Amino acid sequence: MTFDADLDFAPWRLSGVVYGTLLNDPEALALLGQQVNQPPYKAPPQAPVLYLKPRNTLAGEGSIVLAPNPTTPVRIGASLGIIIGTTACRVPEAAALEVVAGYAVVNDVCLPHDNFYRPSLRFNARDGFCPIGPRRRAEDVSDPDALPVRTYVDDVLVHDTSTAGLRRPLRRLIADVTAFMTMHAGDLLLLGVRAGAPLVLPSASRTRVEIAGIGALSNRLGVEECAA
Amino acid sequence: MTRLARVAHAGAIHTAYPHADGVQLADGRVLAETAVTWLPPFEPGTIIALGLNYADHVKELARELTLSAKDEPLVFLKGPGTLLGHRGCTRRPADVTFMHYECELAVVIGRPARKVKAARALDHVAGYTVCNDYAFRDYLENWYRPNLRVKNRDGATALGPWLVSADEIVDPHALELATYVNGQRLQQGNTSHMINSIPALIEYLSDFMTLLPGDVILTGTPDGVVNVTSGDEVVCEIAGVGRLHNTVVDDDTFRLHEHRHSDKGAVA
Repeated sequence: MTFDADLDFAPWRLSGVVYGTLLNDPEALALLGQQVNQPPYKAPPQAPVLYLKPRNTLAGEGSIVLAPNPTTPVRIGASLGIIIGTTACRVPEAAALEVVAGYAVVNDVCLPHDNFYRPSLRFNARDGFCPIGPRRRAEDVSDPDALPVRTYVDDVLVHDTSTAGLRRPLRRLIADVTAFMTMHAGDLLLLGVRAGAPLVLPSASRTRVEIAGIGALSNRLGVEECAA
Repeated sequence: MTRLARVAHAGAIHTAYPHADGVQLADGRVLAETAVTWLPPFEPGTIIALGLNYADHVKELARELTLSAKDEPLVFLKGPGTLLGHRGCTRRPADVTFMHYECELAVVIGRPARKVKAARALDHVAGYTVCNDYAFRDYLENWYRPNLRVKNRDGATALGPWLVSADEIVDPHALELATYVNGQRLQQGNTSHMINSIPALIEYLSDFMTLLPGDVILTGTPDGVVNVTSGDEVVCEIAGVGRLHNTVVDDDTFRLHEHRHSDKGAVA
């Protein structure tokens, strides 16, 4: 992990605990169509669908993201990371911003998968699959639910989206997550990757995810076998 | 050959060892088992849990599952907030109708493991402890199942009492497991019946993620999971590893009342 030196103390210092949020984009859920009512899902998700990015995934600016082989793409997943600033337990939506210390640019990488029945560690939890970039204090970000989010591959804009219009906007997500599990200072909660996030073959050399008002995170691409 | 615990006593956290009269702290003090507050016996890194890793438990759940024998291991992760020590209390929320224990052998990694083959996998194990990995099935949804609302609730994954060094366990796949509720044995199994063995799990996991010292693998539970209710004393026992006590409490016993967050006065 890289750290902004002036944010490397509580409450902005990261604990290393990172929770991701799946299907927070209405478009991503809509793309599944009637599948959501059929086995194995049988119903659309009710509570937030969460997963962990364990410590082996954590990386930083300039780190190399390794595909398992040259023909498997990686999903470059720009996401706003919400830095929790205090112990957060059963936080009401109206008070949710009080537990936010700041925000981070996160590249939530995974291997593409279209079945969400099982937690998919093999796709989500690979070494180096969660680069974390620049951070900003909460008071320096005026509306976290309206931030442009852009992804570039080799300096070409390939995904142009924002943090707006999610199934659970930031406050609601914090309320619904802390309703059943306590979060702590330095924990990161990812707002979620938008539909259409690029699948990039490792023949590309560089990705950059940008969240306006927070910063940009660049990563290189490679292939596991060649990385020794 | 060591057995270590972490306990809180008289305002500090201590390493503790087994003693005929309870536990002995590193400084020599001997205390009754109930005179200390037990913490998880080590500070876990990544917490990896297995679902459906005993053939009999798979059969038990088969009616409701979409499952095939060729599926890869069902692994999921937990966060640190769900951990609890020996003799802890686990809350049973008022709206839950089916909460069950799961007695599991917990395998603690001692050396980094990256693309380790099964034949060498046990070289990377520091030791073992007992886990009670509660599930709250009312909250089950079929998205990244088992979802975190079922499996990652505060204080619902007990570990302990002891971290038993690997050299004390001759064969981790020849251990009797049992769960007792109020003294009655309701769950029984043997680690020889795991579908994916510990070496196989370490090979599978370390192929895509580097395992680090302190990471722990909760290896799944056999059949016999039964609903527990407030006041139940639940003891998960693995022969040679330990007896892990837990008490199920309801919201009133837990002294949980709905407070508005702003009433706490602690938020800046």
